[in-house]
Amino acid sequence: MSTQDIILQQLANGLIMGSFYALVALGYTMVYGIIKLLNFAHGDLYMVGGFVGFLILSAISGVLGESWTAIVCSMVLSMLAVGLLGVIIQRVAYRPMLTAPRLSILITALAVSMILSNGVMSITDGEYLAFNTDLGFDGLDFGNVFISYTQLALVISASVLMFVLYFFVNKTLYGKAMQAIAIDQDACKLMGINVNRIIALTFFIGSSLAAAAGVMAGVYYGSLHFSMGFVIGLKAFTAAVIGGIGSIPGAMLGGLLLGLLEAFGTQIPFIGSEWKDVFSFGLLILLLILKPTGILGKTEIERM
Amino acid sequence: MSKNNTILELQNVESCYGKIKALRNISCKVGAGEIVTLLGANGAGKSTTLRTISGLTPASAGKIIFMDEDITAKQPHEIVEMGLIHVPEGRRIFKGMTIQENLELGSFTLRDDRERKKRMAHVFDIFPILHERRNRDSAMLSGGEQQMLAMGRAMMTKPRLLLLDEPSMGLAPFLVKEIMRIIIRLNKGGVPILLVEQNAKVALQLANHGYVLETGKIVIQGSTETLRQDESIVKAYLGE
Ligand SMILES: Nc1ncnc2c1ncn2[C@@H]1O[C@H](COP(=O)(O)OP(=O)(O)OP(=O)(O)O)[C@@H](O)[C@H]1O
Ligand SMILES: [Mg+2]
Repeated sequence: MSTQDIILQQLANGLIMGSFYALVALGYTMVYGIIKLLNFAHGDLYMVGGFVGFLILSAISGVLGESWTAIVCSMVLSMLAVGLLGVIIQRVAYRPMLTAPRLSILITALAVSMILSNGVMSITDGEYLAFNTDLGFDGLDFGNVFISYTQLALVISASVLMFVLYFFVNKTLYGKAMQAIAIDQDACKLMGINVNRIIALTFFIGSSLAAAAGVMAGVYYGSLHFSMGFVIGLKAFTAAVIGGIGSIPGAMLGGLLLGLLEAFGTQIPFIGSEWKDVFSFGLLILLLILKPTGILGKTEIERM
Repeated sequence: MSKNNTILELQNVESCYGKIKALRNISCKVGAGEIVTLLGANGAGKSTTLRTISGLTPASAGKIIFMDEDITAKQPHEIVEMGLIHVPEGRRIFKGMTIQENLELGSFTLRDDRERKKRMAHVFDIFPILHERRNRDSAMLSGGEQQMLAMGRAMMTKPRLLLLDEPSMGLAPFLVKEIMRIIIRLNKGGVPILLVEQNAKVALQLANHGYVLETGKIVIQGSTETLRQDESIVKAYLGE
């Protein structure tokens, strides 16, 4: 392979991983922005999203097969279901803790994370689940570089979701209320904003984006496992911090950057792909030393 | 004044921060078309009274009636929907967002986009400086401009009662006059106002009726003419 081919191939790989990271990082950053909570259960919502998508796909594949239509349907339904799950978690587990000391709510988030991952583990007996699709293996062939239509579709869907989110947050009154809550909750109440409802909406959107990424990951890897939320949770957190936690464009940028850096990092001589995680967390540490607020972050990050 | 002319009434209201009682036994009234002022030294409980009315610090005892409805147990956003608008101490504008976005948020309870545009045009008409800078970050505004934005934001819905907490705080004398003119203009337009002021001179000029708070209790009340002549008030607040 020529250098150019390698660059192109890693660009494609990096964009795909970056899209997953970005989608999950968005939920992290939105929840942090609005209630200053690092929602450690967020990666598990991605995992649950994958499994819910799988269940729905199995249920409707009799009618629709495992085509694009069926996958899009399962993705949308999984987004709705997991979005709702996120809202319930917020209502039941986090809202009562909002006035408690910061550490209590972090521990609550860890507990929710364990409940979700252990719950799915016991249901699936800890086995891998094959996520079958019949999307075929066609794609764009550039000689040595091959990009499947599946990969292309995943990147496009992720971009569409991010565009819709960006539009919602910046162009609608509800989106602006979401930004305003991050600035001053009491002032928002005085504008007639039902703050609890907007917080619930934020959890819904963040969770459903994670679910979308989970279903996409199922399609991309062809299998699901209860532990898949753990590493992506850490990566998405890293991406959110790199971009500047609390910043929505920051999460998109951080996710894509992390995906690309990992992809190209594996090409450095003597650094194999098994060093990928070391590479990305090393980067996180370096960035935190150089610019603690992240690339697009404005406010100082509180110490946890 | 007849009873059904009363817009807002507090009956023996009490309010706490944790275990500390900040208000005791507060009873007061705002009638239709009136400007009523709350005076008092630092820490007397003026802001707390307004926060209790708008629901930010819920009353722990007593009753608050607005437009013949008991709002004591209502959430702040429900109270705003009824047309009771509170411009808080320190302006509390959304820094980092533009002036136009701040105003849009002020109209959050409006469903009709045309009405929103109309109200915004009206606010820009009163505060031309806000129109000029509508796409700028509101954090860049001066103190006086921030106060105008805070008041403009409150006028994005049609308020049926305005609570103003120290609108003249930290402003140069000519700006205090400007803000006073605007308060009068709003009131002439039919909006009753409950005004908290440190600047008693200003407040007693504007208002019809006044209450003086001291450590969470009302100690003096009356029409502003009588208050202006009250010796203890002249001594304590008018600096003569
Ligand atoms: N968030 C709070 N927590 C605890 N106590 C508070 C809080 N806010 C105010 N207080 C206390 O309640 C009392 C009344 O305060 P308030 O802010 O209502 O006074 P104020 O009359 O508005 O004073 P100022 O003229 O300084 O604005 C004070 O003793 C104050 O220390
Ligand atoms: Mg005050």
